[in-house]
Amino acid sequence: MIAPGALLSARGLALSFGRIVALRDAAMDIWPGEVLAIVGESGSGKTTLLNVLSGNVRPDGGTVAYRSGSGAVVDVHAMPAPALRALHRSEWGFVQQDPRRNLRMNVSAGGNVGERLMAQGARHYGNIRDEAARWLETVEIDASRIDDLPRTFSGGMLQRLQIARTLVTRPSLVFMDEPTGGLDVSVQARLLDLIRSLVARLHIAVVLVTHDIAVARLLADRIMVMQNGSVIETGLTDQVLDDPHHPYTQLLVSSVLAA
Amino acid sequence: MEGYNFAYLDEQTKRMIRRAILKAVAVPGHQVPFGSREMPLPYGWGTGGIQVTASILGADDTLKVIDQGADDTTNAVSIRRFFARTAGVRTTTRTAEATVIQTRHRVPETPLREDQIIVYQVPQPEPLSRLEPSRVQTKIMHALGEYGLMHVKLYEDVARYGQVSISYDYPVMVNGRHLMAPSPIPAFDNPKLDRMPALQLFGAGREKRIYAVPPFTSVRSLDFDDHPFRAIRAPHACGLCGATDCYLDEVVVDDRGKRLFVCSDTDHCATRREAGHSGADSLPEAAE
Ligand SMILES: Nc1ncnc2c1ncn2[C@@H]1O[C@H](COP(=O)(O)OP(=O)(O)O)[C@@H](O)[C@H]1O
Ligand SMILES: [Mg+2]
Repeated sequence: MIAPGALLSARGLALSFGRIVALRDAAMDIWPGEVLAIVGESGSGKTTLLNVLSGNVRPDGGTVAYRSGSGAVVDVHAMPAPALRALHRSEWGFVQQDPRRNLRMNVSAGGNVGERLMAQGARHYGNIRDEAARWLETVEIDASRIDDLPRTFSGGMLQRLQIARTLVTRPSLVFMDEPTGGLDVSVQARLLDLIRSLVARLHIAVVLVTHDIAVARLLADRIMVMQNGSVIETGLTDQVLDDPHHPYTQLLVSSVLAA
Repeated sequence: MEGYNFAYLDEQTKRMIRRAILKAVAVPGHQVPFGSREMPLPYGWGTGGIQVTASILGADDTLKVIDQGADDTTNAVSIRRFFARTAGVRTTTRTAEATVIQTRHRVPETPLREDQIIVYQVPQPEPLSRLEPSRVQTKIMHALGEYGLMHVKLYEDVARYGQVSISYDYPVMVNGRHLMAPSPIPAFDNPKLDRMPALQLFGAGREKRIYAVPPFTSVRSLDFDDHPFRAIRAPHACGLCGATDCYLDEVVVDDRGKRLFVCSDTDHCATRREAGHSGADSLPEAAE
């Protein structure tokens, strides 16, 4: 069910929305500390796969297995809802393309970062605040903004705040759906740098969905290419991008070169 | 009284409410829905509390009704009269003499006993309502014991005001499991709920919810280790009975704006004065 040493393994995932086949026999593994990019054009099933891997959407068929911090292997789609929610609050994180979907816009930056700590039982205000301030600095937000509401933040800052809020509990696995989508190119570059250094330093495994090959090249150790709900090619980032085997991957890579 | 069932409500409704109460007692702090009936009083006048009281009242009971600590306010008087007429029960203003106490906004200062029941009137039973407007979401939070959001609110308060700024309806954890709204009693009264020997019942008429704290159940006010909960009261002695450990109301006593701090629990104050206690402002009154 789970590959030896893997953090998360999926096998035989299938999901249809009516007549649309969003996933067909999709499989993947991710190992601790690695960044895996899922690439493919719009509508190829990347977001659907991410939602199924993270337990948010139930597949028609197939399994997702996760090796928890305690060493126990759990079946993500068979576990009780409370346990799955607890996993999402502790060992997992989810970074949305639109940070507003994840942040509490009427709660201060510090409160947003501290929430996961408090949800895990942190009850010392001073420690929570210190940790929040440290995390703001880590994501390059001035700690003097700790009591400001997110609505006073720029798009890039909001995304960095979402990352701080997600990483504060040091999850071992983070799902990211187009985390740099919708941002200016210069803002994107800074965010990508930040994500790369953070996940490397904290040894966090990331399943990263992106339609942007350049983002995958910069962040990912490995790449999975999706087309029409199927995984058509998997490999080390450099291998897949420099020597693509599948004709569709060749098209995908060359369109980037042409751009 | 002619034409009415004992304590106004029909027996079938009372049985339905008692079933909700039993369920509430079995799961301390958990809000149980019930089919709230129309009462001959507007919502906000304690229709939830009245229905609970009507369902538990027996012919031998002695009822006390208080509003903001006082037995003589319009609300308290009309509810007391309502039950005196429809149930013919004895009524009292003495906390110690009552077997059932219905209250709005206060817990009596006199410690309650095992043979007493206190019924709270509740306008908003959901402690998370201001933070999460969706009932569906708050139900999930209660089911899973996910109360991080409430702590975020406390965090925001301490960050902004240096302390938790909730002075009424201060949220509590019941039996280490359910987050509960203690109704709009002052936070000062919260410690009285903890391991109280009396059964505590809460009725919300408009919101159609009943919840309970069984005798001797742990009730903890939420706080931070480094910002512990404190029961705050005005730093004065009661002007009439001299009490320094009771919740005080500030009242204007003359047309020149002279102010006086007096016990909000009128029975407690009277009992103390009868026992010979007096405050700085009690002499002029006695001389009248
Ligand atoms: N909830 C849904 N209902 C119906 N169709 C959906 C739903 N979610 C996704 N789809 C369809 O499934 C396919 C894959 O979508 P998605 O996973 O969002 O692709 P991607 O993220 O790669 O752009 C698309 O054809 C999309 O229209
Ligand atoms: Mg998508």
